[in-house]
Amino acid sequence: MIEEKDVEHIAMLADIGITREELPEFTGQFNEILDYFNILDQVEETGASEHELANVFREDEIEPSLPQDEVLANTRDAEDGFFRAPRVM
Amino acid sequence: MASVTFAPDDRYNAFITTLSEAETGPGRLSGIPVAVKDNISTRGIPTTCASRILTGYIPPYDAHVVTLLKQEGAAIVGKTNMDEFGMGTTTENSAFGPTKNPADPSRVPGGSSGGSAAAVASGMVRMALGTDTGGSIRCPAAFCGIVGLKPTYGRVSRYGLIAYANSLEQIGPMARNVEDVSLLMEVLTTHDHRDSTTIPCPYRHTPDPTVRGLKIGIPEEFFGEGVDPGVAAVVWEAVTRLEAQDAEIVTCRMPSMAFALAAYYVTCTSEASSNLARFDGVRYGPQADTRRPWHESFQDQRREGFGTEVRRRIMLGTFALSSGYYGKYYAKAQAARQQVRNDFVRLFRTVDVIAGPTMPTVAFRLGEKTDPLSMYLSDILTVPANLAGVPAISVPCGTTEGLPVGLQIMGQWFRDEKVVDVAAAYEQGVSV
Repeated sequence: MIEEKDVEHIAMLADIGITREELPEFTGQFNEILDYFNILDQVEETGASEHELANVFREDEIEPSLPQDEVLANTRDAEDGFFRAPRVM
Repeated sequence: MASVTFAPDDRYNAFITTLSEAETGPGRLSGIPVAVKDNISTRGIPTTCASRILTGYIPPYDAHVVTLLKQEGAAIVGKTNMDEFGMGTTTENSAFGPTKNPADPSRVPGGSSGGSAAAVASGMVRMALGTDTGGSIRCPAAFCGIVGLKPTYGRVSRYGLIAYANSLEQIGPMARNVEDVSLLMEVLTTHDHRDSTTIPCPYRHTPDPTVRGLKIGIPEEFFGEGVDPGVAAVVWEAVTRLEAQDAEIVTCRMPSMAFALAAYYVTCTSEASSNLARFDGVRYGPQADTRRPWHESFQDQRREGFGTEVRRRIMLGTFALSSGYYGKYYAKAQAARQQVRNDFVRLFRTVDVIAGPTMPTVAFRLGEKTDPLSMYLSDILTVPANLAGVPAISVPCGTTEGLPVGLQIMGQWFRDEKVVDVAAAYEQGVSV
């Protein structure tokens, strides 16, 4: 069972924002869903994959990229060619 | 440049954005109106993922599949409604209101590509692109009575698709008949080095509607608990028609179905929790208040910008990946996923394709499903194909209670041609 304080902690980790009023409903739903997920406890580790896996490599070559003004076009808060972001400290 | 005029009566709320004049050129799709799901980037055309958090966002580049459509002369006439970021089974989780099912406007069209399915089913467009993470092409195809194909994972580039769960999702074609789905699939499968999970494996195929001698596996689990008897009867009847065309029907078992849905939801929510971290109000969408501390600003932005189901899935995924729970949920889900894959490998040693219902029920009434878990459970028959990465098609196979039912055909990796052939055989067998 997880409790409301656990859901509050998860919301904080996920930076999702949650209000006190929302906690009871989310907590109830999470317990129902996690209870269903418990069926995974019965899964046995199966070992190696039967599929062949291969990494996909490529040369690190410079290719054309978007112009700076197009990249910044979707923010309302650009300054000197940079995005402005909230302060970290 | 020639153009196509588009002025639909969008009574089903299938579109988020429409273009009254759409450019067209020479090519295999010349002059054909094509709708694109609104999580696929279109240069110069707003792309919202049906979310408030992308309000005002206009992509500066085209998704690879959009470039391919344009190269073949398609007229991209609009962006279709969907469950926010693809998270849902009904197209009710949209910031732009629900889409209605053209077969019965009091019902949902299925989801998450419900807008694309409704646009095709109502005749507003001839074909559309959807995306399928756990059934999001096949479910609305089944509910609306059209054809939809989830390609083999790695066959269609996801470059420019706004990611929800990378290891599961594919872009795919939707249309009113198998021939058009096949035509659109031909256009979509050009290799793209910008999506390193694709391999060069072009689909160049004309549907061959013969199933003589083909072995079709029918897993018992696809007709088990939770599958509506009316739906099961219609799908069995469809399977019998394939048998009448000299296909061999083989009943089989898929024991991993017991874990598949849980494995799917742990995996997709985990991937979503990481993917959707990029929506922070800095580079696009409603802007963050830069005077406030980062976390406060970020949290306010995301609480207001994301809908409830998206927030629920981000939190579930964060939990499944968090310290102390990773082994219990995420690691176990990957082991279960391997078992699903192994079941397909084993079955494909003796059968050519696997068939069953696409959805366990017909389309729900609008507002009928309010509890998240019961909504999730309705994806049980579509998620195995995504977990394993195999191709799967839904083709209309009749009605029950007056509502469309979909026959699902799953095939071997990179043999999308075969599921298209079987769907064509069914379609033509019914029409003669």
